[in-house]
Amino acid sequence: MFEFLDLERYDLFGAFWVTVQLTFYSALGSLIWGTVLAAMRVSPVPIMRAFGTAYVHLFRNTPLTLIILACSQGLYFTLQFDMGTGGDPEPLGFRLAVLGFVAYTATFVCEALRSGINTVPVGQAEAARALGLNFSQVLRLIVLPQAFRSVVAPLANVLIALTKNTTIASAIGVAEAAALMKVMIENEAQLLPIAAIFAFGFIVLVLPMGLFLGWLSKRVAVKR
Amino acid sequence: MTNLSVLYDAPGPRARRRNTLLAVLFVALLALGAWWVWRALDENGELESAKWTPFVNSQAWTTYILPGLQATLTAAALAMVIALPLGAILGIGRLSDHWWISKPCSVIVEFFRAIPVLLLMLFANEAYALWTNVDRADRPMYAVVTGLVLYNASVLAEVVKAGILSLPRGQRDAAQAIGMRKSQTMGYVLLPQAVTVMLPAIVSQLVVIVKDTALGGALLGYSELMRSVGLVSANYGNIIASFIVVALIYILVNFLITSFASWLEGKLRRGKRSTGKVLTADPAGATAAAGVGAAPAAGTGDAPKP
Repeated sequence: MFEFLDLERYDLFGAFWVTVQLTFYSALGSLIWGTVLAAMRVSPVPIMRAFGTAYVHLFRNTPLTLIILACSQGLYFTLQFDMGTGGDPEPLGFRLAVLGFVAYTATFVCEALRSGINTVPVGQAEAARALGLNFSQVLRLIVLPQAFRSVVAPLANVLIALTKNTTIASAIGVAEAAALMKVMIENEAQLLPIAAIFAFGFIVLVLPMGLFLGWLSKRVAVKR
Repeated sequence: MTNLSVLYDAPGPRARRRNTLLAVLFVALLALGAWWVWRALDENGELESAKWTPFVNSQAWTTYILPGLQATLTAAALAMVIALPLGAILGIGRLSDHWWISKPCSVIVEFFRAIPVLLLMLFANEAYALWTNVDRADRPMYAVVTGLVLYNASVLAEVVKAGILSLPRGQRDAAQAIGMRKSQTMGYVLLPQAVTVMLPAIVSQLVVIVKDTALGGALLGYSELMRSVGLVSANYGNIIASFIVVALIYILVNFLITSFASWLEGKLRRGKRSTGKVLTADPAGATAAAGVGAAPAAGTGDAPKP
């Protein structure tokens, strides 16, 4: 049944490895940029709040496909912004895709973090201040430990969505799983087995992630 | 807006001075960034008026953009209309007392939520080509709608399930106490109340659907709004301008949908006829946790709101 699966010709594991790498770097980048955005959105400086809000609303309402294509056709082909690759197509597509994923996913990370901070009751911080703790102590000892715990579940959702969204990188020719699937179903007359393999691949990636992070979020949840 | 007071006390004179300084620095940084972008665009001639005037004349709109927008909205509406009843069936099925109904429903929901919607579209596209005689020209549209339906039905199933579970237990008990059958309890008591609870979440899911239709344009050749970027820029040579205009259209459409959803949510929260609980959607398209303990929270109000 699976004799069409010529691993010499179709680099199945390589394609999923690219998916994993895309997910990893994009997750890292969007965690950093999303944290910066969240810091802006809760900062006491109105102009920073306004920028954070505008950024989140603009990028989250744009289709990811459009962002990825704009990174490739706009940033690279029109503005010759080559991300330090000198135009070598292999790393170029990968880096442009990561850039697009980070720009998009960071908005969801930002919103998850912000809602996490908002779940901490005001009384907690007021009590801490009443005890004489200063700003950094309030943040470090009282607010953030509680916020991080309630943020695990929404961040897990964002990570899982990101894993699935990396398939969109095939729109700009990154050789990840969806691109390979497209090639394989065009070349081989074996739609169901091919679809089953790729579906299985994503379930293997996503399901353990969901199980582990779901377990973790229950374990660390703050009982209120 | 945010409850700033968790993090910050009311600012005193020193804090106010520091905030002003930060604001000035930030504005300077923003201006620098804006200048850099402006220069990059200007050097490549992307700011010439010839590249922007097509969007002032009606031709680019009537030939490419508006038909594209129409195709996007058609696909999104079709997907929503088909996915909603399917999702309701799956969601109610998951709550069934019979394991031979609830288990298969759970498996279907978890399966389609774990798979990228793009793979579903690619699969549907090829399946229509192989096993049906859908016209070549219509196939991308069928594939896009099918992919979206499979994915969003399982997302909506979770919304329906969470909506029904969010109702007070007494509702079910009372219905059964007056002798209603299970199907009557569901149809007359639970579902009507759950619908109002989950309406905002359902409307918000539309945003995800509208955004995902763009996949069909980029990878299957469905001639929707995203694809009109290519058509417009091929005609007028204005890639950056067409990306910006089309992105703005998407943002506007989605903004209208989210505004409607939050208006609805506010109305339902205040309303006397419901339980006052409202499901807020997780607008990431990220509703897609592979199951486990990640159902949208009911009425907690801490889900990220657009």
